[in-house]
Amino acid sequence: MAWVNAIIQGLLTGGLYALFACGLSLMFGVMKVVNLAHGDLAVVGGYLAVGVITVTHIPVLWSFVVVVPVMAVVGYALQRTLIQSALNRGILTTLIVTLGLSMVIENALLQFFSADTRGIGAGMTLVTGSVRLGSQIELPYLLLLIFAVAVAVLLGLQYFLSGSSYGRLIRAVADDREAAQLSGADYRHVFGIAAALALGTVALGGVAYGMYQNLDPTAGTDTILLFAFVAVVIGGLGSLWGTLAGGIVLGVAQQIGAQINISDELLAGYLVFLLVLVLRPQGLFTRRASS
Amino acid sequence: MSVATRAETRAAEGFRVTRSQRNVIWTGAAALVVVVVFGLAPFEVHSGTTAILVQGFIVLTLASMWNLLAGYAGLVSVGQQGFVGLGAYFVLILALQGMSPFAALPVAVIASGVAALPLWWLISRLRSGYFAIATWVLASAIMLFIERFSALGSGTGLPLPGLTGMSPTLLTAYTYWIGLAVAVAALLTVYLLLRSRLGLVLTAIRDDEVAARSSGARVGLARLLVFVVAGAGCGAAGAVLAISQLQVQPTGVFPVTWTAEMAFAAIIGGLGTIEGPIIGTVVYMVLQQTLQSFNAWYLIILGLVAIVIALFARRGLWGLVDSRLSLRLFPVGYWLRTAANRATEDGRATADE
Amino acid sequence: MTLPAGELAGSSSPLDSTEAVRPPTRRPLLEAADLTVYHGQLRALDSISLRVHPGEVYAIIGANGAGKSTLLRTIAGLHHATTGSVRLDGADVTGLRPERRARLGIVMVPEGRRLFGSLSVEENLKVGARYARPGPWTVERVYETFEWMRDRRDQQAAQLSGGEQQTVAIGRALVANPRVLLLDELSLGLAPVVVQRIYGMLPQILATGLTVLLVEQDVSQALRVATHLQCLLEGRTTLEGRPDEVTADQVEAAYFGLAGTASIPGEGSESSWPG
Repeated sequence: MAWVNAIIQGLLTGGLYALFACGLSLMFGVMKVVNLAHGDLAVVGGYLAVGVITVTHIPVLWSFVVVVPVMAVVGYALQRTLIQSALNRGILTTLIVTLGLSMVIENALLQFFSADTRGIGAGMTLVTGSVRLGSQIELPYLLLLIFAVAVAVLLGLQYFLSGSSYGRLIRAVADDREAAQLSGADYRHVFGIAAALALGTVALGGVAYGMYQNLDPTAGTDTILLFAFVAVVIGGLGSLWGTLAGGIVLGVAQQIGAQINISDELLAGYLVFLLVLVLRPQGLFTRRASS
Repeated sequence: MSVATRAETRAAEGFRVTRSQRNVIWTGAAALVVVVVFGLAPFEVHSGTTAILVQGFIVLTLASMWNLLAGYAGLVSVGQQGFVGLGAYFVLILALQGMSPFAALPVAVIASGVAALPLWWLISRLRSGYFAIATWVLASAIMLFIERFSALGSGTGLPLPGLTGMSPTLLTAYTYWIGLAVAVAALLTVYLLLRSRLGLVLTAIRDDEVAARSSGARVGLARLLVFVVAGAGCGAAGAVLAISQLQVQPTGVFPVTWTAEMAFAAIIGGLGTIEGPIIGTVVYMVLQQTLQSFNAWYLIILGLVAIVIALFARRGLWGLVDSRLSLRLFPVGYWLRTAANRATEDGRATADE
Repeated sequence: MTLPAGELAGSSSPLDSTEAVRPPTRRPLLEAADLTVYHGQLRALDSISLRVHPGEVYAIIGANGAGKSTLLRTIAGLHHATTGSVRLDGADVTGLRPERRARLGIVMVPEGRRLFGSLSVEENLKVGARYARPGPWTVERVYETFEWMRDRRDQQAAQLSGGEQQTVAIGRALVANPRVLLLDELSLGLAPVVVQRIYGMLPQILATGLTVLLVEQDVSQALRVATHLQCLLEGRTTLEGRPDEVTADQVEAAYFGLAGTASIPGEGSESSWPG
């Protein structure tokens, strides 16, 4: 039964990873930018939640109400200023600038918050409690909640992108930025919106991560960015639901690895990633051909 | 005047293509002097300073490699620390077998370069942004893999055997000299590489990748070679690190701060120039030494400076110097001289678009 | 036969006095003056001027690399002109970004169709309509004009044939209700019969009060639809006039830059065979 529970846990963790990954996928899909500071910004969101909770004493679970919009605005500002300037100068510059940003954020967090880990206490029942199916199978409350949130976010994103008029514009800009300009669209603003969405979702992921595990300044790159990336690659570039699939595969692989040998949890995930890279580089769920 | 007639005029005037100006002789002599001066350091300076210098050599080696990757091959890698770790652990493995760490270093260098091949095969098809993260995944995977072996000390590492018998002063001196040797070798390798035909391809990629591809240059092969060289170079730095720290542990050789350091030094000094990493390393070491008591501050400042430079001074500090003085310490370009002896350098990059 | 001097806002051009359609005092709807554009170090356009009046079909012809598309793209705002200006109905739009110009009424159908491949036909049209000016063209009207589109409205744009894509691209531009429609190399990559059919729709489009500035490599096609034409060679104008006023020999000479043709406005140097 330990195996079944492990797989279930891995499955549900996939939701958390999907939260990490969908923003990364979105930014790449729309503007061909890989934001190396993506994970660090999630951690910033997590720390922000800690700060907000400490100062305003709002219920922990509602911290995202403040954090997500704030980080979304930060995302828009960052995109319109820093990332757009870098984009104008080329892909290489964009990577370098976001790398620099990542390092600055991490070290700033280290400087101001020290290397201690910090958790977002979501309450004992939520963290330790679980739904029981039968007598052996456990579905942890927190993970269930995170998974549900992830699905809701993905549904929301999908509806927004395919069903709304602005979502249509975003897809158009993603397809052909210049043609969109010729149709009257200011693509810089559209990029900003995409970045806002990306950072909003990843901040949500950061808050969730803070509840599920503990935040530390280096988690942004060590964990969040890597897992987001692996989920995107496994699921397939350009596919939003693919990030959930990829996240699930990653989570399950990690749990299976942990069952085999407790210290192999991370390695197992990376091995699966390498396997997918070799056997099916376009990912498991691509809709359009990767270019 | 059409292009054809202009070329005819030039031909009539007579021109030839030469590799470098006369100043390379002076530069070479100066470089030799510098190396000798540095080489004498253990005799003049106490061990605390040599330790700092060794660290500087390591950063210089790493920065040159990162510059080669990002500035010439267009590959941004945030996983070179994987090769640093590999180099260190190769030395450890060989030392555990009884080899002297100093003798193990060249082997470790080659091994690191060879290890780069399968890694390249795994990730070379990824687009630049995803390639970058993939290098990180690889580095993490390598570290996790190595940590599984208790024979190598697992998560806590092992002291480096084979050096305990030496007298401290001698050890310090040898460590220093090997650090110096590796740094000089790294710079020399980069210089020779860029002077070669491969270097032409790389400079073309640096200037305009699409144009380079369409003119038939073997971009993929060039990148592979650069990746291997960079892997070997970072492995060499890792080997020096192992020797200087007298122990090899995962957290000492694998952390991503290496990437931060080498990237920042390379960027600030000037990507796409050979002289850049030297300046960048100096800046980095100065900052680190002066701000040491403030922990992470020097990295924060470095990061901010790197961002500013990447945006506004693409060719870094050396680029700023270079454009004013037209100075080339490491000439790799081609000079076109007309009979009237007005040289126009065709190897120099034009303003990048 | 005319060899116009190609002056700017000048009123003594022989064209004016022979034009019955164009009263001498009428302001051009679209005017480019002394446009000079560089691609890196290459000068793609050298002091190009043109004037397009309402209701005209103004064709720019020339060989590959002559600068035709560059000219159109500069007018649309995608290229930066080193010197010169672009005016829409007298207003200076030279410094405006492409999306601003599109919203003001300079709408381009780019070379190579450039539809939003992952969007459906209808979604493409709707994007085009998003920033539209008020006017007669709507998505519905595009369907009325091109009936086949209605049946295929939900089909992904990337799956359409070249000719169909071209028509959708035109439709996407039309729903924006442009004042000046810029058509960049409509015929590229399309079978002649398809090209003819597409150009055959022009009268319907013009009937709604549009003005068209087009770039076309197919000279005979251009001559068939144009009310005015301008020929470019190596970034300079070699011929300007109305189709019924120029001979085939003149066009050929201007197109290929054969000896004896004056460049307008010239650098003073003789035209030489390109290369």
